[in-house]
Amino acid sequence: MKGNEAIAEAAIRAGAHSYFCYPITPQTEVAEYMSKRMPEAGGVFLQAESEVAVGNMLFGAASTGKRVFTSSSSPGISLMQEAISYMAGAQLPCVILNVMRGGPGLGGILPAQSDYLQATKGGGHGDYRVLVVAPSSVQEAVDLTMLCFHLADKYRNPVMIIADGMIGQMMEPVEFPEKYEEPPLPPKDWAATGAKGRDPLIVKSLYLDPYSLEDNSVILHRKYQQMIKEEPRFELYKVKPGNRILIVSYGTMARICQTVIDELEAEGISVGLFRPITVFPYPEEALRKEALKKNIESILTVEMSMGQMLEDVQRVIARAKPIRFFGRTGGIVPTPDEVKDQIKNMIRSESAGKKRRKKG
Amino acid sequence: MPRVTIDKNHCKGCELCVQACPQKILSMSKDITVRGYFYARMHDPSRCIGCRICAVVCPDVAIAVDTHGTQFVLFDY
Amino acid sequence: MAAQETTIFSRPVALRETVTHYCPGCTHGVIHRLVAEALDDLGLRQRTVGVAPVGCSVLAYNYFNCDFLEAPHGRAPALATGYKRSRPEMIVFTYQGDGDLASIGMSEIVHAANRGEKFTTIFVNNAIYGMTGGQMAPTTLSGQVTTTCPAGRDVAQTGYPIRVSELLSALVTPNYIERVAVHTPPHIIRAKRAIRKAFEYQVAGRCFSMVEVVSTCPTNWGMTPTDATKWLEDSMLKFYPLGCYSTPDREVD
Repeated sequence: MKGNEAIAEAAIRAGAHSYFCYPITPQTEVAEYMSKRMPEAGGVFLQAESEVAVGNMLFGAASTGKRVFTSSSSPGISLMQEAISYMAGAQLPCVILNVMRGGPGLGGILPAQSDYLQATKGGGHGDYRVLVVAPSSVQEAVDLTMLCFHLADKYRNPVMIIADGMIGQMMEPVEFPEKYEEPPLPPKDWAATGAKGRDPLIVKSLYLDPYSLEDNSVILHRKYQQMIKEEPRFELYKVKPGNRILIVSYGTMARICQTVIDELEAEGISVGLFRPITVFPYPEEALRKEALKKNIESILTVEMSMGQMLEDVQRVIARAKPIRFFGRTGGIVPTPDEVKDQIKNMIRSESAGKKRRKKG
Repeated sequence: MPRVTIDKNHCKGCELCVQACPQKILSMSKDITVRGYFYARMHDPSRCIGCRICAVVCPDVAIAVDTHGTQFVLFDY
Repeated sequence: MAAQETTIFSRPVALRETVTHYCPGCTHGVIHRLVAEALDDLGLRQRTVGVAPVGCSVLAYNYFNCDFLEAPHGRAPALATGYKRSRPEMIVFTYQGDGDLASIGMSEIVHAANRGEKFTTIFVNNAIYGMTGGQMAPTTLSGQVTTTCPAGRDVAQTGYPIRVSELLSALVTPNYIERVAVHTPPHIIRAKRAIRKAFEYQVAGRCFSMVEVVSTCPTNWGMTPTDATKWLEDSMLKFYPLGCYSTPDREVD
């Protein structure tokens, strides 16, 4: 199945009831798939007039207690930041798919990973975070999408899936579970379903009294602390005691790095990959553990950007190990050879450095 | 016999009822409410016809009207 | 034998006892009451969700006795769309001012009306931005003085005021659009009927409905409430004629 369509199908199977969208390359297939499939599934499909409207429709629909979903790409996600901030403040769940493309501005339509900072560090105003996952295959995108609906309800917070344009466009075999299963969730007594037999309920993010507003932010903060404790996910690839270099990469870029690692292994160079699956909460402890191992000489962060996840890697590892970066952007996908060259350079300069230190 | 009750807690002294009353029997007191507004009150209840115009015009729903006995209904509301 | 007392006017159930923060003489209070009366008359309170705007009525949710959502500025029609599409059995209304509906939210209201979303919009038009202290609105009259056009609105610079009822009634999608005022008792009674009619259309699931309520803003117009009602009659109604602009039964070309 095509990535975009597989993710759409996964959302429906996870109980997404309302889907709002605006066409934007490279995710329009999600909308087109949903326009047929959502009515079949008895849900709501609506193409809105802009992503600004989409984000706000998500807010309204999420207030009903139903599961809501949207998909867009980088420039459209920028337009949704207002609504995301409001939903975080009002504690509303939703799942948002960002099929990342080149930026900033109108940028390009080819894949990129340059929305990492926007997704993980804010985007909108106020003290809030969004739980962000980054799949690296169509199957993983399906699995994570289904998980995201559960997490969104669990934390009553927006959840974002950042998939670069390639995941959206590529076709891979996919398996859906027979039945969608998830751990039990509390009832949605926060949903505005009509003041029948109870006091009226207000879904809002305005707290004019500063103490009440601080209280709200503390409540949000506690949720994020819980996310940090319970939700980090990552995967290791060929991480062995013989590794000289640890690559940190996510999404499709990580798959390319897997090829790089395999090819270098054949040449007798041992390199491992640390692949974060959740980028907020970032699997910091795990990364620190792997990076600080004695055999690791240096870290290479590889991204399709000018260096965004790099900042998290630098923050987590600090000066404990040298950190290098390799990236291409604008929609250019680094080839395995480019990454290999980078690694070989790193090894050469490390060896040269060792020699100098020995002499001195 | 109509009776108009003006709730001082809600009245903000806007005087719209005074302007609207067809009998001209509402006026502003010289005292102020706990919020600092002069409040409206009926200075001649004997001439009240229970038309409810004061209540219709009041932005603060400060006015309630009840009646007993025969009441002429001047408009549907 | 003492005659029984009958209440002939009282606070509607759908409107809470809370003393509002609105200025003395502000017609928001009247409009809130009219909406609450419509909800009571039609028995809708327990299945109604209101959507509050940003503006003086940002705290409307504290005054109504029904569920409420608080929207970002201008976005209430989008929230209402998302909500009503997901739970069509609920009654949804947005309550918006000039800035919310006709400025930042112009896209949202036009598209919601054009799609024929089956919710009701109460549009409070007082030709000024109240909450932020009296700036020019898209509905400010030519020559009207506000804090951002202190020499009076110059239509050569800023264009003419926007007539939202006329604009939305030009859409082909059937809708119910009526413009009313609330500055005199007969007008208030007519406004109540229009608001009730708008909700009736929603109950019947027929169309988008909007009641534009020409209102006063004594504080920012710099007048007493009673003078403000006169200014509304003399100046605003000339530019904003009252009446029904559209019903869903009209012929569609």
